[in-house]
Amino acid sequence: MSVLDIRDLKVEFPGRKSTFVAVQGVNLEVEAGKILGVVGESGAGKSTVGNAVIGLLQEPGRIAEGEVHLHGERIDQLSEKEKRHLRGRRVGMIFQDPLTSLDPLQTIESQLTETIRTHLPLSGSDATKRAIELLDAVGIPDPAERIKQYPHQFSGGMRQRVVIALALCAEPEVVIADEPTTALDVSIQAQILELMKKLCVERNVSMLVITHDMGVIADITDHVAVMYRGKLVEYGETDQVLGRPEHPYTQSLISAVPRPDIRVNRFPVVNYIEAAETPTKHIDISTHWLGKARDYAKPDGALVKIRDLSMRFETKGSVFPSRRKYFHAVKKVSFDIHEGETFGVVGESGSGKSTIARIITGLYHPSGGSIDFAGTELTSLMDHRQVLAMRRQMQMIFQDPYSSLNSRMRVRSIIAEPIKFHKLATSNSEVRQIVDDLLDHVGLGVAAGEKFPHEFSGGQRQRISIARALATRPRFLICDEPTSALDVSIQAQILNLLKDLQEELGLTMLFISHDLAVIRQMCNRIGVMKNGELCEVADCDALFENPQHDYTKQLLELMPSMELLSRANLQEEAGTSA
Amino acid sequence: MIGFAIRRLVQAVIVMLVVALLAFTLFRFVGDPVNQMVGIETSLEEREALRERLGLNDPIPVQFARFIQNAAQFDFGTSYQFRQPVSDLFLKRIPATLELSFMSALFALVVGIPMGIYAGLNRESWVSKLFLSVSLVGISLPTFFIGILLIFLFSVTLQWLPSFGRGEVVQVGSWWTTGLLTVSGLKALVLPSITLGLYQMTLIMRLIRAEMLEVIRTDYIKFARARGLPDRLVHFRHALKNTLVPVITITGLQLGSIIAFATITETVFQWPGMGLMFLQAVQNVDIPIMSAYLLLTAFLFVSINFIVDILYYLIDPRLRVERA
Repeated sequence: MSVLDIRDLKVEFPGRKSTFVAVQGVNLEVEAGKILGVVGESGAGKSTVGNAVIGLLQEPGRIAEGEVHLHGERIDQLSEKEKRHLRGRRVGMIFQDPLTSLDPLQTIESQLTETIRTHLPLSGSDATKRAIELLDAVGIPDPAERIKQYPHQFSGGMRQRVVIALALCAEPEVVIADEPTTALDVSIQAQILELMKKLCVERNVSMLVITHDMGVIADITDHVAVMYRGKLVEYGETDQVLGRPEHPYTQSLISAVPRPDIRVNRFPVVNYIEAAETPTKHIDISTHWLGKARDYAKPDGALVKIRDLSMRFETKGSVFPSRRKYFHAVKKVSFDIHEGETFGVVGESGSGKSTIARIITGLYHPSGGSIDFAGTELTSLMDHRQVLAMRRQMQMIFQDPYSSLNSRMRVRSIIAEPIKFHKLATSNSEVRQIVDDLLDHVGLGVAAGEKFPHEFSGGQRQRISIARALATRPRFLICDEPTSALDVSIQAQILNLLKDLQEELGLTMLFISHDLAVIRQMCNRIGVMKNGELCEVADCDALFENPQHDYTKQLLELMPSMELLSRANLQEEAGTSA
Repeated sequence: MIGFAIRRLVQAVIVMLVVALLAFTLFRFVGDPVNQMVGIETSLEEREALRERLGLNDPIPVQFARFIQNAAQFDFGTSYQFRQPVSDLFLKRIPATLELSFMSALFALVVGIPMGIYAGLNRESWVSKLFLSVSLVGISLPTFFIGILLIFLFSVTLQWLPSFGRGEVVQVGSWWTTGLLTVSGLKALVLPSITLGLYQMTLIMRLIRAEMLEVIRTDYIKFARARGLPDRLVHFRHALKNTLVPVITITGLQLGSIIAFATITETVFQWPGMGLMFLQAVQNVDIPIMSAYLLLTAFLFVSINFIVDILYYLIDPRLRVERA
């Protein structure tokens, strides 16, 4: 018999004008000790299902139809007070971001014991004992000591372990995990998934794992439900669904997942999704303004030569230099980027990838080393005009499409700003024409120019960022995790756009990412970073097929298994060829 | 922690020295102190002797050092108008002002915090909306107007509360006088405290409400709810504590300004405090009182800020580590 049984669930959010139906007709069952995955892209309603089960729908959301049963007992109609006794006691929850899930002002101990004592009739010391046991069970070393610490004294992965311990405080029957590993590095992700699997078996807990990551689904779930726009499109055993997807949406979703094992020329785009972009005209770039003034002198050797680049941040100041303490973010890193290639930098958070990007663009001043850009030494550049000329040639695309655009400016002004600043156009009408062409070229359409950034989705905003970067006619583009905040289908579109632009304009790119699969598809050569050091630089295929450094090998091993997915692709290929 | 406290203490001393320099400049260079002290018919020789006796012929740094030395011993010279030591005058006045300030701060906190919490948690209820509109009145009306309004209502029309003075006071210790122990003293405190504290109350209430709305949306509050914690714990242990850091900053600064700038309220209610004395000093160009008042005010602000900084440390564990 199933532990959690969701029948014909419909969740709606009544608005002033119309009622938004977030989830409709969803039937799910979670069996004892098993993991059910719910996968879909943002806005598919997967988190809403989780929130509906635990009774924490955001106002004014409500369950309009359907039933939720826990061990045969109906729980969706309980009073608020009864639901509170259910939460934590019988249904636990794990959230996405371990950095914000814990109260920063309370010790781990106080957060654990208050939860234990809310649900179980234990004395203070017994609760503490239980809390220490729980921390031990989720793999926190030295739990008796660490329980007295505050959340900020734990790393991201350790905090997620604490969050899991909190969810398990009162031995719940079901745990709902909403994107439990999305905010974590690959190596940490693998550990947390391992832990979740282990806990399911050991404690006979059932789990409902909500994620957008096919890798996570393939890795730990027994059953999977694919959601699209609030509806269940496919539901079955994980092997079955991933290996032989039946619904066209599932098929295209699976094929859009970047593959680390083989290299493809273009990313398969999720074609099931109705394209939101208006069909736009492509401009002939060779004759256009964008393509002009590109006759740079060919550099002597590589375009960018980085030698012994170091960056340290002061963590403890002192009048005496000997007493100062530093954090070394980048340690003596050297590499070349050749004209026209894409150089990938991969590594975990904190490895110094983004710091390098910021040093090259001049946002940080390095504490040592040199950067040679087309024969000009950047670190000693003093003349303001020369600095501007260099800045114009290199542009950056940032990770977060939400905070990297000024929300008070119209898109047209955002894109026109660099053109006007660098005085690249002679008249306002010319600027206008260039902005229109850029908007068309990145697939947004001219009409987008009059809107504000908040009117766009994440992927569209990233297109705006790309248009803004192109507006200075750059030669060198630095992309710092440009797609890690986006859904796979959108990611595929953006990466394809970047590839097209590179071909058309002959751009040189520095591509920073933590996602090995994306790196493999995008880059010609790859540098692997760890703790501020460059472990290995190799050609793309060589690195994936024959990694030299131990850390590279470790990273490659940690990638979620793609076996199930590749089987699906093979099938699909067989299907199309047949 | 101790290193941090010492650093802050050093900064506080520097601030005090700068203010002392200002106060000294005021005392020494705004008008001739000797002219202020003696009558018109005093001869030049007598003036010169007085000048020598007061040390006004010494080099300026020596005079400044002496000024600081005296100020540190709570000696601010003699008031021009009262011919009494300024420190004695202040000692007589300080209890009145401090009692008024603390009562109004208490009023602001005790009323403002619960109102803020309520309005933050029940955003849509009509009571919160009422709180907000009433508080708008508190912020937009000037203090003296509210004071006069209260006097008109409670003293003139209803005749419940006195309109001026401290009422009966009781001597506690050698110099402290308190109005907290007599009925008439307490009654006299009500109107001025409300007048003085109304603005701070509004500010605190609005601040807590805004912070609460912010904190309620955070993941750790959602997670606390998802763990099934009762509302009492979620609201007070988790939400309220996280709103406190900005609230303490503002409250600290406001407490400083309540004490230092009670002048208007003291004038409206003829409250025999420092503010009223300062106002009279300004009217009579009583420089020693003015410079002493300046120093005292600065001292209050600096010490309150120091306490606030230490409180941050106690509330937010993240600050304790970053510097370690």
